[in-house]
Amino acid sequence: MATTSTQPVFIALQANNDTLPIIEAIRQDNPQAVVHDYPAMVKIDCPGRLVIRRETVEEHLGRAFDLREIQVNMISIAGNVDESEDEFTLEWKSA
Amino acid sequence: MAAEGNAKPAKKLSLKENYALLTRGLGWEPSYEKKEDIFRYIHFEGVKIHDWDKWEDPFRLTMDAYWKYQGEKERKLYAIVDAFQQHNGQFNVTDARYVQALKVFINGITELEYDSHRGFNILAREFPGVGPRIAAQMQSLDELRHATTQIHTISQYAKYFTGMNEFPYQFDRVWYLSIPKSFFEDAVTSGPFEFIVAISFAFEYVLTNLAFMPWMSGAAFNGDMATVSFGFSAQSDEARHMTLGIEVIKFLLEQDPGNVPLVQKWIDKWFWRGYRLLSLLATMMDYMLPKRVMAWNEAWEIYYEQNGGALFADLARYGIKPPKRAPETIAEKGHVAHQMWSVFYANRDAVGFQMWLPSDEEMAWMSEKYPDTFDQYYRPRYEYWKAQEAAGTPFRNTTLPQLCQVCQWPCLFTESGDPTTLSLRESEYRGQTFHMCSDGCKDIFDDTPEKYVHAWLPVHQIYQGNCFLPGVDPTAPDFNPMVEALRYMGIKPGVDGGDFKGSADATNWEKWTSRPANIHEGAYTDAVRDTASPADVGARKAG
Repeated sequence: MATTSTQPVFIALQANNDTLPIIEAIRQDNPQAVVHDYPAMVKIDCPGRLVIRRETVEEHLGRAFDLREIQVNMISIAGNVDESEDEFTLEWKSA
Repeated sequence: MAAEGNAKPAKKLSLKENYALLTRGLGWEPSYEKKEDIFRYIHFEGVKIHDWDKWEDPFRLTMDAYWKYQGEKERKLYAIVDAFQQHNGQFNVTDARYVQALKVFINGITELEYDSHRGFNILAREFPGVGPRIAAQMQSLDELRHATTQIHTISQYAKYFTGMNEFPYQFDRVWYLSIPKSFFEDAVTSGPFEFIVAISFAFEYVLTNLAFMPWMSGAAFNGDMATVSFGFSAQSDEARHMTLGIEVIKFLLEQDPGNVPLVQKWIDKWFWRGYRLLSLLATMMDYMLPKRVMAWNEAWEIYYEQNGGALFADLARYGIKPPKRAPETIAEKGHVAHQMWSVFYANRDAVGFQMWLPSDEEMAWMSEKYPDTFDQYYRPRYEYWKAQEAAGTPFRNTTLPQLCQVCQWPCLFTESGDPTTLSLRESEYRGQTFHMCSDGCKDIFDDTPEKYVHAWLPVHQIYQGNCFLPGVDPTAPDFNPMVEALRYMGIKPGVDGGDFKGSADATNWEKWTSRPANIHEGAYTDAVRDTASPADVGARKAG
C-alpha cells in the first residue's frame, strides 16, 4: 500500500549485536532509509513509510524471528504503526 | 488412537485474532450495575465516544508476549547493572560533573515515572473500552518498572556521591522540584481523556524522545553504561506508549467531530507544559554532559521541528493544527539552556546539585553551536562571573526567584525576539494578581484560573513561613530563613549544592580515581596522579 507522504518516519534501535541483522534487513527492504549512528543508538529515517519484513530479518539472522522481539531493543518510533506476523510498518498517511 | 492422531490440530490463531479475543472476548457487559455508575469520569469533559470497539492497538501485545518480552528486558538490564556495580562503573564516567546530572534525574524525573504509574492505573480502571484498558494497565506496570529500575541503578551512585539519598522526601519539598511535581499532578487531576492526551500524546509522543534519545546517548558517550541501559530499556516500553498516544488521538478525532476542539486545546496546553518541563534537559545536555553528542537546539530541530512537523502534517487531515505556542519554542531554542544554567548558578546555594561556570573549551563549543546567541548574550555574562570568582567576590542570589503560577519555573525566560527583556505576564482573578512566565502559561491560567490559583508555590510558601521544620522559631534573633528553608527541603548547605570546585564530590572523585573532577580545569587536589614526565614534574616543583 503506497503512501503519498514523504514526511520522515523513524525507528531507533539500540546499537548491539541483536539489532545488526534487523538494521541490515531494513536497509535491504527500504532503499531510501538513512541510517544515523549515535553513541549506543542507531536512528533510521525513511520518507513516508518504513517496513520491517520478518522473512528478510530471518535471512540475515539465520533463525526464526517473531517481529515482536523488536520490542526488546527498540528505543523509539515515529509514524503510524501496523503490525502483523509478517510485517512491522511505520507510515505517515498525509503528505 | 490412530483416529485421534489423524485429527488436525486446531488452527493457530493469528496475532489479530489472538489480540481480539483478549480485548473483546474477555470483556463483558455489566448486568446488575449501570455503566455510568461503573465508569464515573468519562462524561464530564464533554468527549463523545460512540463505539469503543473501534479502538485499535496496533501492537496487539497479548499478555503472554508482554510478560515474555518484559522479562527479557529486565534480565538484560539487570545483567548490565550488576556488571556496572561489580566493576566500580560509577568511577568510569567522564568526570564528577556528569554525576550532577544524575541528581537531577533521580530527584526530578524518577518520581514522574511513579506518578505516571498511578495515572495509568486510574485509566485502566476508568475507561469503558477493553482495548485501551489493557493498554493502560500494561503501561501502568511499565511505569512502575521504570521507577524501580532507575532507583536501583542510581543507588550505586548514591553510595559514593551526595544529593541522591533523600529523593522521595525532596520531591515533595524542594522548591524547584515543584516544577515536575506540579506538572504531573495537574495531569492526574484532569479527566481521563485530558490525562491520556497530556501524557501519552503531548508528553510521550511529541517530547520524551528528547530525554531518552539524545540525552541517554550522551550518557553512553560519557561512559555511564548503567544509566543508558535503564534509559533505553524504559524507552523500549515508551515506543509502545507513544503508539498508544497517537492511537488515542486518532480514536478521539474519528469518534466525533465535537472532540476536535477539545483535543486541540489539550494539545496546545500540554505541549507547552511538557516543553517547559523538558527545557531542563536543555541544560542537562549543554552543560552537564562533559562530552557532548549534540546541542539542545539541534535536538529540538530533529525531534520537534522535523519529527513533530511530520506528525502534525499527518494529523492535519483531522483538522488538528500544530501546537499554538510551538513558534515560541523555536524562537527560544538558542537561549533556554543558557538562561536556565545562569539561574541555577546564581541560586546554587539553594539547589541540591553543584554548579560551575563553563570552561573555555565549553564556551568555544557553545559559540560554534549557538552562533547567533552565545557570544552576544551569554559569554559576556559568564566571563563577568568568572572575573568575580577570580576576584574572590563570586556572584550569588541571596533571595529566591519569582515563580510562574502555572509551570512553577522561576520567571527566567525572555521575550521572544528580545533576549534582554524578561518575559512577565499577569492575570487578575477575584481581585488578586497572578504572575506567569510566558504567553503559553498565561493561556493555560486564563482558561482554568480556578485550578491554578490553588498552586502550591514553594517560594511563596517559604516567604509565608510554611517551610520550616517543627520547633524553628522565626522570631529568634539569629533566625536565617534561607538556612531553615533548606533544612526543611532536605538540602545540606555546602554539601549537596553550592560550588562544584571544593565540593565533597569533586574532592572525593580525585581521591578515589586519581583523575580530575573537571576534565577541563585540571586537578583541584594533589590526589590526581601527575602524568607529566618526571623531568617536567621536577622542573615545575623547582620553579
